[in-house]
Amino acid sequence: MEDVANHWAPSVAIFAPLAGAVIMLLVPRANEAFHKWLALLTSLFVFAVMIDIAYYFDYDKSGTLQFIVDKQWIEAINARYIVGVDGISLPLLLLTALIVPLVVIYSWNHFPEPHNPKAFLILILVLETGMVGTFFAQDLILFFVFFEVVLLPMYFMIGVWGGERRLYASIKFFLFTLFGSAMMIISFVALYFLAEGPNGQPLHTFSMIQLNNAQGLAHTTALLIFGGMFLGFGIKVPMFPFHTWLPDAHTEAPTVGSVILAAVLLKLGTYGFIRIAIPILPDAAQSWAPWIALLAVIGIIYGALCCLAQTDMKRLIAFSSVAHMGFVMLGIATLTTFGLEAAVFGMVAHGLITGMLFFLAGSVKERFHTLEIRRMGGLLLQAPRMGWILGFCAMASLGLPGLAGFWGEFPAILASYQPVSGLSEALFRGYMVVAAFGTVFAAGYLLWLLQRTAFGVPREEWEGHHFHDVELPEWIAWVPLLILIVVLGIFPNFIFHTASGGVQSALSAFGQ
Amino acid sequence: MNLLAFTTPHVDYHALAPELILGATLVVLLLVDLASERNRALLGTVAGIGLLAALVPVLTLAVDGTDRFVIAGNPAYVVDNFALTFKALFLIAGYVVVLISTNYIAEGDYYEGEYYFLLLSSILGMVVMASSRDLISIFIALETLSIPAYMLASWRKRDDRSNEAGLKYYLMGVFATAIMLYGMSLLFGVSGSTVLADIGAYTAKQGTQPIITLGIVFCIVGFAFKVSAVPFHTWAPDTYQGAPTPITAFLSVASKAAGFVAIMSLVFIGFFGQSDVWQPMFWVLAVLTMTVGNLIALRQTNVVRLFAYSSVAQAGYMLAPLAVAGDLSDAKTALSAITIYLIIYAAMNLGAFAVIITVARKTGSAEIESFNGLFEYAPGITVLMTFFLFALAGIPPLAGWFAKFVIFRATLDAGTAAAYVLAVFIAVNSVIALFYYARVAQAMWMAPVANDDRTPIRIPPSLTAALAICAVVVVGVGFYPQAVAHIGDMATFV
Repeated sequence: MEDVANHWAPSVAIFAPLAGAVIMLLVPRANEAFHKWLALLTSLFVFAVMIDIAYYFDYDKSGTLQFIVDKQWIEAINARYIVGVDGISLPLLLLTALIVPLVVIYSWNHFPEPHNPKAFLILILVLETGMVGTFFAQDLILFFVFFEVVLLPMYFMIGVWGGERRLYASIKFFLFTLFGSAMMIISFVALYFLAEGPNGQPLHTFSMIQLNNAQGLAHTTALLIFGGMFLGFGIKVPMFPFHTWLPDAHTEAPTVGSVILAAVLLKLGTYGFIRIAIPILPDAAQSWAPWIALLAVIGIIYGALCCLAQTDMKRLIAFSSVAHMGFVMLGIATLTTFGLEAAVFGMVAHGLITGMLFFLAGSVKERFHTLEIRRMGGLLLQAPRMGWILGFCAMASLGLPGLAGFWGEFPAILASYQPVSGLSEALFRGYMVVAAFGTVFAAGYLLWLLQRTAFGVPREEWEGHHFHDVELPEWIAWVPLLILIVVLGIFPNFIFHTASGGVQSALSAFGQ
Repeated sequence: MNLLAFTTPHVDYHALAPELILGATLVVLLLVDLASERNRALLGTVAGIGLLAALVPVLTLAVDGTDRFVIAGNPAYVVDNFALTFKALFLIAGYVVVLISTNYIAEGDYYEGEYYFLLLSSILGMVVMASSRDLISIFIALETLSIPAYMLASWRKRDDRSNEAGLKYYLMGVFATAIMLYGMSLLFGVSGSTVLADIGAYTAKQGTQPIITLGIVFCIVGFAFKVSAVPFHTWAPDTYQGAPTPITAFLSVASKAAGFVAIMSLVFIGFFGQSDVWQPMFWVLAVLTMTVGNLIALRQTNVVRLFAYSSVAQAGYMLAPLAVAGDLSDAKTALSAITIYLIIYAAMNLGAFAVIITVARKTGSAEIESFNGLFEYAPGITVLMTFFLFALAGIPPLAGWFAKFVIFRATLDAGTAAAYVLAVFIAVNSVIALFYYARVAQAMWMAPVANDDRTPIRIPPSLTAALAICAVVVVGVGFYPQAVAHIGDMATFV
């Protein structure tokens, strides 16, 4: 079993959803039950494979890649099919494999207009292939391909099943991210031509492992190459000032799309920084770090202020994503093991919590047919269980100790007290203070949201309306996330320990 | 020299077989047209079989693998891997054009026999172009492929637009040819030979000379018309929109590829030593072509016109590697990149036109609005069109990404500042292009059905076959690009 897992598990996890999607393509769309079950089983199968990988994963060597497969793919350009998993990607892969079956279950009985479960589920499965593939890929071109594969399904998901301004939101999402990745691919190809091995011989490779701490680049060249990657990953995160696509995409996307977007897609960007940009170009990363950290804290404050100004619940949660991803980027910008571990934790925590919040927003919208905060109120009276869950998630999101959100934010702030040697301590301590204010704002906007939606009495317009409380598919989709938010809050070490090895090898150039 | 001592040249008939088969097919077509007044369906079949039959010797020559001179000792007309690759491309693209023409021509009350005759003549010219390494044979190939195309463009003779298309194409075409001939005469004048290899050897030894520069510039300008590079593109949108749609597909794919074949032979064999002249020229042409093409495409409301500008922009990407192909290793990557791009582009663009023709069979229109809500009643075609559109935009995992990627790679291989700036232009342009490709996708997927008319579209078998061929290439190559990368690497003569 272990042997089979070693050679096949990553590829099976990547391509099983695609295979499922192809089968669904061939079955007529009237057969809805078939499509639902096949999508669910496929995604559960991927989850099982990921559990298998997690089971056989050697946690003491989380710094080295495991389950490596290295095969010829495009000889002409020396791009190889290299997949593998280490301590950084494992938590994110588990998160992805968990979220997908949950969204399938959540949508079981209420597919958004214009219905069509077949197309909707096919898109989700293609999306899963892209996401899982991105986290597994260890070759820049393979990474690039998977990184882009997620664009099309998400574009259609927003554009076809989205809200009123879906056309605008979907094309904006597509154009922004495509611009970033076009710049990113230039950087990748430049690395291919310019990077040299330890003996000064040109590498001519796209393998991330061989490109680690690439030599032979003039400092300005390295800065420019990093800049290209920064655009590619930074737009995806999204960092201020490239965040403007996010609120639109989130607001217009169907619930399930928002959940996947928040829980997984944004992480592709931050993951790219940790996996590619920093290990390959450590010197350039150090020169960029103060600016990245600056944009990160601007994002924290700006995102929080925007949250305070929102009148739409979903848009508010979207802006809170900007703020939270700011903490993750701040942790990354310190270039310390502690900071990067915090970032990995922050990614998982944000995925669970914000994913949950978008689920809730979707369910609220289903019942109220609006997300306008001022028309709501008294959710605790109308649907008490849902109200309590919303309260719980708000607490988790604002970083209450004991829940997962805390371990994403607090260590990131702490890490900026002492950035890697070479970066200005004074500057980062300044950032630290600003970021700490950001948590106060976060408490502010989340509690205010809770107060306006959950507390008080329902408005007159809802009198006589009966609201269903949490229903079965919702319970099944939410309980795993809620449990994980608590468990990871109490035992954060599972992720810190897993990530630390990988983070150390990512930062090996800094001698930590 | 004693003229009486003429000896018959030794002709390698195996090497010439594809051209001979096409020539024979042309004769058969005329005879069938005469003999069978009633059985019109036979004509398309004969044309298709002729194209596939011509493919057979191409394959046997490829398996054989040795480079040959068709006339022993004469480097004017050669058969090498480069020539074979493009012969195969022209024949297969021609076959797909025959497939998408069949119903269009049969149902549209047009002359059928002449249509296929001219189409195959044009393809014959292209096949000849792939082997030509001599100014005269290049010129003959160019005329053989162009003159039938002028007539085909105006084939819808009762339509003013089509007449305009043919006339515009003809006037612009002969104008370009005249400029090119002038350039050729200058080059012949200074070098004393029409064979490209001789011209190459001569120009490499010379420094910058006004006459040589002028000759090179004029030759390139002539073919810039053919590939519709800005500012020589003005004929393309009107011609594309007015011509019968299958002919538009043919012009935008095969005719363009033939132009690139000629440019590559001229530049890499004839003018290689003069890279100071053509590199900057291609840089400017490439940037102008992709930017202007894309920006104007943004404003189009007619799908065919949109694809006209899109194909202008696509030519810009293909010109880019030429701008930095000055030294030998860069020339190799540039050559293979352009070859790969042309192959993939042929599949994507022909596929898209096959869908446009299929949809127009029902709606009778080529406005973007006629695609509204297509997903509701024709999901299969919608998915295919989506594949072709986003392949053209270069989104993985569809083949277009690899085409774009090799262009990036070939451009950046040079490593100069000019190369990096050019690469950024390509990157920004691919983002602009996405916008208009996505607009067609938006109409199909996200707009409500026009007139609530949900009658399904019947797809005739020949169109189904064309769609299948293109879709297999677009999806297959996207996942396993090595399939064409290998061809691209082989098809060099530098």
